[in-house]
Amino acid sequence: MNWLLVAIVALTASAGDALQTLGMKLHGEIHDFRPRALGRAAARLLRSWHLGLSLLLLAISFGAFLVLLSVADLSFAVPATAVEYISTTLLARYLLGEKVNWRRWAGAGLVACGVVLLAL
Amino acid sequence: MSLRRLRLKTRVLAVTVVSANVAGNFFLSLGLRHRAPAGLSAPLSWLEALASPWVLLGVSALALWMLSRLALLSWADLSWVVPVTASGYALTALAGRLLLGEQISPLRWAGILLITLGALLVRTTAIRTTRPGRSAEGRR
Repeated sequence: MNWLLVAIVALTASAGDALQTLGMKLHGEIHDFRPRALGRAAARLLRSWHLGLSLLLLAISFGAFLVLLSVADLSFAVPATAVEYISTTLLARYLLGEKVNWRRWAGAGLVACGVVLLAL
Repeated sequence: MSLRRLRLKTRVLAVTVVSANVAGNFFLSLGLRHRAPAGLSAPLSWLEALASPWVLLGVSALALWMLSRLALLSWADLSWVVPVTASGYALTALAGRLLLGEQISPLRWAGILLITLGALLVRTTAIRTTRPGRSAEGRR
């Protein structure tokens, strides 16, 4: 049960992040940081379904994390969900087509291990 | 856009993402600390804590965190942004130590070190490895 929740937390968070990235990439690079231009960009982004669905996925992830905290210790929940760093990198590689070289894999792995240690 | 300008823009945004994240967590912690026992039995005092200036400041910082992260993702790789901005975890722990007087065990110091190394390692890779989308609307 606990591991099922961990899987839901990690996968929905990774999918939400990947979808958010896809939405932003489809929108294109943000050049203009003046408030009016940012407002226009936000209006356009809110009309695409990517961002809305990504927020829903991230909300599900947060909800599942709260459920996990209610049935398991924080010292289990935080290290276990650090697997998220790996699943996000996998989705970035295979869904978004980013080139993940060994330094990125190693970096994601180090960060995941670091988060585990931080929570123990 | 020149590579130098892209690098500078990325650096500014990445620093914004990390600082907003650390500040958000720090102010939330400052506003909510030691409120929990009372909060469980008295919902009103919990609501009061939520409306405290520190909590509002924390929530605003986290909103800035989310928006600056979105902007960064409009050009940078997700597999670059996630490990690099994870250095916020290490800085949050340091802020807890320096400003809130929390204890950091040797194991946690090791964790802070690993996260920092991972973030630095990924920072040496290209910011973007995918081609810009063909959507003409997004490009000017």
